Amino acid sequence: MHPALSVIFFTVMSGSGYGLMTLLIISIVFDVDGGMSHQQVIVTSLVALGLITAGLLSSSFHLANPKNAWRSMSRFRTSWLSREAVLAITFYPFTFLWLLQWYLGHGLENRWTLLLTVLVFMGSVMVNFATGMLYATLKTIPQWNTSLTPANFMMLGMMLGSLLLTTLRFYFGLPVEQLLIIDLGFLATAGTLKLMYFFWVGKPHGPSINTATMFTRATVRLFDVGHTSGTFLTDEFGYQVARFRIMLLRYAVYLFAFIIPALFLPMSMSFESALTLTLTAFLGVLIERWLFFAEARHVVTLYHGNQRV
Amino acid sequence: MRLGLVIDLDVCVGCNACAVSCKQWNTSGTTGPLTDYAPYSKDPSGVWFNRIRNFEIGDYPNNKTVHFPMSCMHCEDAACVTVCPTGASYKRKEDGIVLVDQDKCMGCNYCSWACPYGARELDREDGTMKKCTLCIDRIYDKNLAPEDRQPTCVITCPAHARHFGDFDDPNSNVNKLVRERGGNALMPELGYRPTNMYLPPRAVKQEPTVQKDSIISKVKDWVNRSIAR
Repeated sequence: MHPALSVIFFTVMSGSGYGLMTLLIISIVFDVDGGMSHQQVIVTSLVALGLITAGLLSSSFHLANPKNAWRSMSRFRTSWLSREAVLAITFYPFTFLWLLQWYLGHGLENRWTLLLTVLVFMGSVMVNFATGMLYATLKTIPQWNTSLTPANFMMLGMMLGSLLLTTLRFYFGLPVEQLLIIDLGFLATAGTLKLMYFFWVGKPHGPSINTATMFTRATVRLFDVGHTSGTFLTDEFGYQVARFRIMLLRYAVYLFAFIIPALFLPMSMSFESALTLTLTAFLGVLIERWLFFAEARHVVTLYHGNQRV
Repeated sequence: MRLGLVIDLDVCVGCNACAVSCKQWNTSGTTGPLTDYAPYSKDPSGVWFNRIRNFEIGDYPNNKTVHFPMSCMHCEDAACVTVCPTGASYKRKEDGIVLVDQDKCMGCNYCSWACPYGARELDREDGTMKKCTLCIDRIYDKNLAPEDRQPTCVITCPAHARHFGDFDDPNSNVNKLVRERGGNALMPELGYRPTNMYLPPRAVKQEPTVQKDSIISKVKDWVNRSIAR
């Protein structure tokens, strides 16, 4: 699949924003490291909303006809992309009301704040799930058509969210002892799930050129592709990366997204070092997302010469 | 009604006439134009509803070239319609034709990702997704003679490799062909239940492409050589 930068940026930025909201709510509900002041809750939420909004705006660059984007809210009963759009948009009014409650000085002891907390928490988890499901429902791309896909999107979002929350707590001068354990938990879980995914995509297990052409009792080879230069199909689905490069990039994902943050975060004592490690993790997840697209093989490539997908 | 095509791979000669006539008819049709990008340059490209690939089936010397025209299969369980977030893609209840409402499409490409047959192509100029309409602006046109109320690819095909009909009617021309010739769907394992069917080449006595070294072939070779001289 063609790795579109707008979609890569969108899924990583919005994913981390929703992850930050999820982790913020977990940390204030369970009073992790003593919770936060109302003002700090608002600043953290605004950072999350900034990331979410940047991501959503970036996603509109992927549309060839963005003037019809508002219509994407209409088919939430069948389409995961529509569900994602509906959830992402309805997330805003609830979050603004929630922030208003904090601004007015109503903390978790207020029942309306508590209700909105539950709604915002559910929203932030569900958007990342919907983003993953959007890819996981496509039977035409066997590498994505697995429950590992939404699991990866959710865990990577929450992992970046917890790293962002740690960085912000350093910035506020708050303790991070318990949060560091949560960080390590997310780094380990997200890293393991990604490893499972990399094993999953290793071997072709989808349709073959034989079922694609219905000649299942003989070898089938593409003789002529029928076009003289690139088409929409080859541009969109014909993207291929050299195996060696994939391997190098997978190592880069592991190094930047998981290993470096996990090794150095427990030692980091300042806002600057936490920020550097979070940005390193972002770099790692951006490479991960690029690979997610670049490694995926669409079944239509069977009509362009692939034997298996 | 469940309208669709049957494509006879036994007689398709791979001439691309179906694709050309499709382009000609539909570029001014309901989902036209079928935009071309840099048509007179070194690398011409553009939107097509129908593409023909050529495959080699079997191994030498028992191999055979099969020409493979592919357009929208108008699936019963069309994933492209299910995933469409705007409602631009829809499947008509009355005849099963899958269409894209050009006024609603936002060009997100998601339906083209969901289609295993490469039937959908984004028009980069218009920013909308385009696909085969089964010539919906022909097949119901009362101003045309009854034999012309068929998709243009079917009428054009010089080898009569393409047939149009109703798959819900057990005695329709298409269902008879599928029954008699053992027609099949492409990638049925994905479960989209494509309507269009493909007829495999007829079972005929295999003729190896390599001639045995017989007396007749030696005479033929000698004749050929002497003519060439």
